[in-house]
Amino acid sequence: MAKGISDKVVILGMGCSRFGERWDCGPEDLMVEAFSEAVSDAGIEKDDIQAAWLGVFFQEQSTGKSGIPLSQALRLKNIPVTRVENLCATGTESLRAAAYAVASGAVDIALAMGVEKLKDTGFGGLPERTKGSVEDLWLPNSTAPGSFAQLASAYAAKHDRAMSDLKRAMAHISVKSHDNAVKNPKAHLRRAISEDDVLNAPMVSYPLGVLDCCGVSDGAACAIVCSPDVAKRLGRSDAVSIKSLQLSASNGYELTNDGWDGAHTMTTRIAAQRAYDEAGLGDPATDIDLLEVHDCFSVTELVLMEDLGVSAEGRAINDVLDGRYDADGDMPCQIDGGLKCFGHPIGASGLRMAYEIYLQLSGRAGERQLTSPSIGLAHNLGGVPNRNVASIAIYGLTSL
Amino acid sequence: MNDAEFGILACGTYVPRHRLPGQLVADAHAWFQPSLKSVSGLSRSFANWDEDALTMAVEAGRRCLSESGDSVDHLAIASTTLPFADRSNAGIIREALDLGSHIDLSENGGSQRAASSTLSMALRTAGDTRTLLLASDCYDSQPAAADEASTGHAAAGVVLGPGEPIATLKASVTLNQDFVDHYRSAGDAFNYSLEPRWTRDAGYKNQVVAAWSQCLVDADLDRVDRLLVAAPGGLASALAKSLSQENAGAALSRSIGYAGSAQALLVLADALGHANAGETVALLAVGQGIDLMIFDVKRSAPLTPSGEPLIEDNYTRYLATRRLLAIDEGIRAERDNRTSQSAAWRKHEAVTAFKGGKCSQCGTVQYPMSRICVDCGASDSQVLVPLSSRHGKVRSFTEDWLAFTQRPPLVFGNVGFGDGANVMMEFTDVLPGQLEVDTPVELRFRIKDLDERRGFRRYFWKPTPASESRG
Repeated sequence: MAKGISDKVVILGMGCSRFGERWDCGPEDLMVEAFSEAVSDAGIEKDDIQAAWLGVFFQEQSTGKSGIPLSQALRLKNIPVTRVENLCATGTESLRAAAYAVASGAVDIALAMGVEKLKDTGFGGLPERTKGSVEDLWLPNSTAPGSFAQLASAYAAKHDRAMSDLKRAMAHISVKSHDNAVKNPKAHLRRAISEDDVLNAPMVSYPLGVLDCCGVSDGAACAIVCSPDVAKRLGRSDAVSIKSLQLSASNGYELTNDGWDGAHTMTTRIAAQRAYDEAGLGDPATDIDLLEVHDCFSVTELVLMEDLGVSAEGRAINDVLDGRYDADGDMPCQIDGGLKCFGHPIGASGLRMAYEIYLQLSGRAGERQLTSPSIGLAHNLGGVPNRNVASIAIYGLTSL
Repeated sequence: MNDAEFGILACGTYVPRHRLPGQLVADAHAWFQPSLKSVSGLSRSFANWDEDALTMAVEAGRRCLSESGDSVDHLAIASTTLPFADRSNAGIIREALDLGSHIDLSENGGSQRAASSTLSMALRTAGDTRTLLLASDCYDSQPAAADEASTGHAAAGVVLGPGEPIATLKASVTLNQDFVDHYRSAGDAFNYSLEPRWTRDAGYKNQVVAAWSQCLVDADLDRVDRLLVAAPGGLASALAKSLSQENAGAALSRSIGYAGSAQALLVLADALGHANAGETVALLAVGQGIDLMIFDVKRSAPLTPSGEPLIEDNYTRYLATRRLLAIDEGIRAERDNRTSQSAAWRKHEAVTAFKGGKCSQCGTVQYPMSRICVDCGASDSQVLVPLSSRHGKVRSFTEDWLAFTQRPPLVFGNVGFGDGANVMMEFTDVLPGQLEVDTPVELRFRIKDLDERRGFRRYFWKPTPASESRG
C-alpha cells in the first residue's frame, strides 16, 4: 500500500519575484529574480541542483515550450529539465514533480520553478486561446470570469440566498485581500478598497465586477527541495515539510452531467480528502492555521471554503461576513493578498502560495506575520468550474 | 392517390425577433435624406448577428416538420442570400433538420420568385414525392436606401405531397419577363433599384391584371376570399388595388417588412393559419415576371407561434449587429476562428444535428457522445440521440462583458436536458437580466462563429428562453 510523500520532502529554500505588470521583465528575468532569492535562501550552489521542473501555462506568450527556457535563463549545467503544465495548478504540479523526484530517492536536490509572462498580449484579461479544434465547434467563446461567474448563479439558487447577500460576502473577500496586500511589498495590487468600491465596480461577467477578479500579473516563484536527511546534512535542525501534495482532474462529469450542481468544485473536495488523509489531518476546520486558496474570483474563494470543509455547507457567506477568514480571524485566508492582489501569473501561483506559507511557518513574513502558525494549506483550481484540475498542498513545520 | 389530394400538407414560418422601427431609420438619416420621414410608421424584422438565411430556413423547416411529422423525399431551399456559393447550403439544412442523407436536395435563387416558382411547379407537377420547400431571405439594405426600413428578414416553408392537404392548387399562371426594377450582381452587397413608380405603372401592373383574369377564368371564380401579394409594400398595395381586392398580407408586411424570396411562403403560411376550410386564397409573387396561384383551403393550419418582438432602440447597434458598420471590436475579436474541417467532419452529427450519446447500460445522456460513459463507465455503450428538440433548463449562467461577441454581453451557462445531460452553451436572443436558474429554454440553430478571414462560418445550437405561447 502506497504511503504517499508526507514528510519525505522538505523545502530548502524559496524565492518569489515581485508580481505585477512587469513591462521591464521577460520570463527569463522573472525566473532569475525568483531563483536568486531561493538559491541564497537554500544556502547551496546552483550546481547542487540535480533536476528541475518548469511550470508555465501560456507557453505561446513569450516563454516557449519545453524545459529549455528555465535551463537557458539560469544557465543550468545541462541537468534534466522538464516542462509541466496543468492549467492553474501548474505551479503546484511543478513542485509535485520535484518532490516526487526527491521522495523516490532519484535525486538529492531538485528545483521547481513556475513562471508566467501574461502582460505581452496588448490587452487586458487573460490571453485569448489559440486556435482549437473540436471544442471550438460547440463550447462558448467564454472567458475565465464568465466561467467562474456560473458558480454565483448556481450557488445562490442552490442555497436560496439573495444575490445581494452573496455579492456582499464576495465584496468582503476582495476588501480583505486588498487589505492584506497592502502589507506585502511583492504584491501586484497594494491599495485598500471599500465594500462599496467592489459593489459599484464595472460589471465584467454578471455578477462579477472588476474588483471581484484577480490580477492578471507577470511573475515567477520557485522552491528548492530535498529530503530531510539532506537538509540535516546541510546543517538544518527544522524545516517546512511537505505534508501532502494531491491532485484531482475532472473526467467530464461536471461538463456533461447534471449530477453536479454547478455550485461547488467537485475536484477540490476529492483532492482535499486525499490530502487530509495523506497529511493525517483530522478536522480541517480546526487543524489548519492558514489558507492560500485559488481566489481567481471572489465567488471562487467563497465556495472553496465549503469545498475544503472549513465552512459548513451553505454557511460560507456567514463565515466570510463574520470575518473568519480575515487576517485577524480564526483561519486567515490569502494573508499575502492571494491571487486577487498578490497577482496570478498562472504557472507561478501554486509556488507563490507555497512561498507565503513557507515564510509564515518560518516566522519570516514581516509585517503580515501570523502568530506561530504550524499548518498551512495551498489550493489551486486549474481550468473552470465544470472542467478543472484541483491541487492541494499541505505544509507543516517539522524537526529534523 | 389522385391529384386532388396533392397539396400543402404543412406550413411554418420563422421571423427573427428583432424589429427595427422605421422611426429609428428616419431619425438616423434625417440630416441626409429627409424624405425617409415617410418610413417612420414602418417596422421590419432583422436577423440577430448569429442568424443568416440558412439558420432561418432551418427554423422554418423545424416548424413545418413538427407539423407534418414525417420525413421528406426532397428538400428545396429558395433564397437570394444563402451564405455559401459553393458548399451545399441545403446539405447543412438537411443535417440540422436530421433528414435522411439520401433525399434529393435543390437550391433555387436568382430572383424574388425563387420560392413561388418552385411552389407553383411542384404543385402542378404533383406526383408521389414529399417535398419540404423552404424559403429564406436575409438581405441587408444599404443604410439610407429607400428600402432599408421595409426590407425584413424571414423564412417560411411548406411540405408538399400527397395526403390530407391544408390547401390544394386550383389554378396558376406563370409569366417570365426580364423586367429590371432592381438587380444585384453576383458578389455585390447591395441592390440597385430603379424608380418605384415606373416599376408599378409600366411594369407589374399590366402583367398582373392580365394574369389575374386568366387565373380567375381557369379557377372558375369571380374573386377570391384572400389575396396575398408578395411584393415590396407600396407595390403590393398598388397591385392589389389594380385587382380590386385588399392585400391580405399587408398587415404582416407592415410589422415584418418585405422578406424577398421568402415573402410568398411567409404570407401564404400566415394566411393558411387564419383561413377556414372552403375559402379560396390567391398568392401573387413578382420578380422578373409573376407567379400567380389560387388555392382551395381544405382545412385550417396551425399558426406558428412567434417570439415576443425585441424592439431595437439603437440604430448603431442595428448596423453593427448586421455587420453594416465596422466598429472597433478590440483585440479580443482578433481571435482566430479557423475551423479544423477534419475535426468538424468527425463531429458533424454532434454539432450540426446536435446529437448526444445515450448509454444503453445506464440511460445517461451525455454530450458529446464518447467511447466511455461518464456515469457508469461502460465502454462503447452509447447510441446517438437527437437533443435539438428537447427543452432544457438553465442550471447556471452569466452575462459576460469581457468575451468578444457581436452583440454583448455574451450570455452562456450550463443547461440541463434531462436524462442526466448537461451542456455548457451560449444563449441567444436573451436580454440582460432575463435569465434565472431554472428558466426553461428551447434550442435554435445559429451561427456559432464567423471566420471572416477565410469567409467561413460554423453553426451550432443555442438555447433561448422558451416561448410562452408554445402549447
